[in-house]
Amino acid sequence: MNHVPANIKAAKARLVVIGNGMAGMRTVEEILNRTPDKYDITVFGAEPRVNYNRIMLSPLLSGEKNFDEIVINTPEWYRENNIHLYSGDPVVEIDRIRKVVISKSGTETEYDRLLLATGSDPIIIPVPGHKLSGVVTFRDVDDVDVMLGAAAKGGPAVVIGGGLLGLEAAVGLQARGMDVTVLHLAGHVMERQLDPSAGYLLAQELERRGITVITEADTAEIVGTENVTGVRLKDGRMIPADLVVMAVGIRPNGRLAADTGIAVERGIVVDDVMTTSDPAIFAVGECVQHRGLCYGLVAPLFEMAKSCADHLAEIATDGYAGSVTSTKLKVTGVDVFSAGDFSGGGNTEEIVFRDAGRGVYKRIVLEDGKIKGAVLYGDTTDGGWYFQLMKDGQDVTEMRDTLAFGQAFAGGSAGNPFDAVAALPDDAEICGCNGVCKGSIVAAITEKGLTTLDEVKGHTKASASCGSCAGLVENLLAATLGGDYQAATVKPICTCTEHDHDSVRRLIIAKGLKSMPAIMQELEWKSSDGCHVCRPALNYYLLAAWPGEYVDHGASRFINERVHANIQKDGTYSVIPRMWGGLTNPRELRAIADVADKFDIPTVKVTGGQRIDLLGVKKEDLPAVWADLNAAGMVSGHAYGKSLRTVKTCVGQEWCRFGTQMSMSMGVELEKMTWGSWMPHKFKMAVSGCPRNCAEATIKDFGVVATDGGWDLHVGGNGGIHVRATDLLCKVTTDEEVREYCGAFIQLYREEARYLERTAPWIERVGLKHVQERVVEDADNRKALFDRFMISQQTAQKDPWAERASEGVDAHEFQPLSMIAAE
Amino acid sequence: MTNNLTWVEVGPAANIPQQGARTLQTQTDRIAIFRTLDDQIFALLDRCPHKQGPLAQGIVHGHFVTCPLHNMVFSLETGEAQGPDDGCAAKVECKVIDGMVRVGLTELQAGLRHAG
Repeated sequence: MNHVPANIKAAKARLVVIGNGMAGMRTVEEILNRTPDKYDITVFGAEPRVNYNRIMLSPLLSGEKNFDEIVINTPEWYRENNIHLYSGDPVVEIDRIRKVVISKSGTETEYDRLLLATGSDPIIIPVPGHKLSGVVTFRDVDDVDVMLGAAAKGGPAVVIGGGLLGLEAAVGLQARGMDVTVLHLAGHVMERQLDPSAGYLLAQELERRGITVITEADTAEIVGTENVTGVRLKDGRMIPADLVVMAVGIRPNGRLAADTGIAVERGIVVDDVMTTSDPAIFAVGECVQHRGLCYGLVAPLFEMAKSCADHLAEIATDGYAGSVTSTKLKVTGVDVFSAGDFSGGGNTEEIVFRDAGRGVYKRIVLEDGKIKGAVLYGDTTDGGWYFQLMKDGQDVTEMRDTLAFGQAFAGGSAGNPFDAVAALPDDAEICGCNGVCKGSIVAAITEKGLTTLDEVKGHTKASASCGSCAGLVENLLAATLGGDYQAATVKPICTCTEHDHDSVRRLIIAKGLKSMPAIMQELEWKSSDGCHVCRPALNYYLLAAWPGEYVDHGASRFINERVHANIQKDGTYSVIPRMWGGLTNPRELRAIADVADKFDIPTVKVTGGQRIDLLGVKKEDLPAVWADLNAAGMVSGHAYGKSLRTVKTCVGQEWCRFGTQMSMSMGVELEKMTWGSWMPHKFKMAVSGCPRNCAEATIKDFGVVATDGGWDLHVGGNGGIHVRATDLLCKVTTDEEVREYCGAFIQLYREEARYLERTAPWIERVGLKHVQERVVEDADNRKALFDRFMISQQTAQKDPWAERASEGVDAHEFQPLSMIAAE
Repeated sequence: MTNNLTWVEVGPAANIPQQGARTLQTQTDRIAIFRTLDDQIFALLDRCPHKQGPLAQGIVHGHFVTCPLHNMVFSLETGEAQGPDDGCAAKVECKVIDGMVRVGLTELQAGLRHAG
């Protein structure tokens, strides 16, 4: 048994935190903000990883976020703040006499103050079969991993519980391609947050998305022998399932506290400064019971964290007075908000607003002229405003007539969003998750000179959790900074949409959008069929997302990529056949010369990428020109496309007396591997056979330079207007590695860059480190990228010239509809 | 002016790809015939007023076409340039009867009379 000795600096009190979740770590952050040196802090976490944002599990499941994006505190953060973290090693016993906690691995740690943040456990209904393989809860990253594993195979899934969490799980699984049924005991979904009307609208929306919702469904049994095969209801109905997610609620986890004799009722009983029945032991989060209530939402946890931190930092505090909560469903494209008591009846009155065409429903419940509760569906813009009026207990009698139309119509504040936030009082809550009010955001902006949303997030935590108040925070930035503020975040692709490139790419995958009409419908395009800006981008994103499945849409490609030649200023075309690695031979040169003669081609020029360019070819001659070039063994050089262009080489060790590696054959190999792949923009490569670098590899998108012992791999170079020399990605030794790194780098670029973004600005934007982490440091990821690239290549490597010269593809592109003959 | 046009049948509308265009070579110039997503047929001279770009080869979206040379956008209904650009592509009369495209040509275009 280890024994961790008492800290040598006796002056520092020892704070031990049990629970590495959101409540525990928020309390630690709040303590560090107040008094960075008061405590020597040790944290025990049951999960074998750093602290992450649990309310983002839904976007993690649906694919809209990845794990890195939901991490709150990185390992560096723990180190920088001198926090000892024991992750994957839960505390199993508290010895209050010796003031020691004992972990599963046997580590004993002494404490002066102990903070319990043990959270809650998902409720498992003890029906027969609940222990079968394939039955999970939706509580942590491990659950998500199991769900993703099942979703990868497709098939039917059942979610038991149509509450907030259950519906988020259902939508996530459906987005991942499963056939989902939601079983809900009550008469309508989310009955604790929604009234029957809003519940009906929500169920309809879910059904429209292909999710089956069965209400008043009482589970009798989960069926299966080893793996789950279905769920049987008490009325006898049988629903097949390869995966069952139980999301019926949570129960405060007070076991450890109860075992050591601390007062536990439904949760660990605490006072207003979060002290338990033992004055040296505190508790925060979902594990506590405060004034008779237990909470399962994030905002109360953070309010508790503040009161607890004040107390532990020995700052005078009013203490925690309990929370009034509001709810939002985190499902893309579904806006649901509710707050307070909306059950109605008694002395309450209600205001109801419906717009069936837009699918909007609003219900505000009043009592004695004050808002008592609100349910919003379809348009939740004013949720925060109703919530504030409710918490303030403001008399709304005067604005009753226009209350349902929201803040814009309430006397005084205009429809302009900047005026609306400017009109809010300083104590108006902007971020519900983190309990940040307008005053503290404005103070941070002015005192710390903040100018961006990210900075405000960093300093105040506003919009750092669920992010739904990000727009409000931006309006506050604009209202506070005036003309100095430039919203940098979302730049729509074009006027057809509100979405930027990154969100469209993310949503294509997350929502499984596989055609252009599907994107335009689901992402609410504002034009019927897009424009010349968005259509080529969407066509590329679809090709990259669904290789071999998506059918290329010619009408959404720029003319060059439609006719596989490069339009010139007079409407004629240039034709450049591929010469692998810049190598050619007499037979090819003869064929090129013959073609130039036969079709009267006025200009023949050598290009910067070591190819021969035939300029001034008439459009109707293109198929015949290609047929002759094909006959000599040449294929399209893709000199017209957002695609792999050329691999330029020097002669290298094959001929050069300085050469250290075979650069020509390496260039040919790379070009044979990568030709035909569509990219966000054009992509050029070069291979030099020694560091003299005669192939100019250091201004290419991917440059390979031979050294004595291997190859240097360079990325992100560019000639053109803004010359940029490459960054060194890494050094490798074998030819096989060059191929794998090359394919992996290209695939990362294909998957992450925005359409029409060359590698140079892409790398400037995301940072070389981002690329190195994915391509160099993570060997598994590199392999996976490379494999995805090669899968995509299986269908991409088809010569477009041959298809048009001899298979009659797109013949209409090359012939006029009709000719008017002379009389 | 319309009564001076010579109406010529140039082929089935179905031979023009949706969100695409085909051309008609006349005795004097080339006409671009467009088919939009909602299956309407429009015609303009195949010559952008800016640098004579071949409009038939542009991307067709809504009732607009984007010139392939410099991305100027023209209304297929009026020929007028959209947004900040000035200029107007020459509109050509056309209609669809029983699925066949008919284009209204001038006498010069139709080759009924020779210039000068």
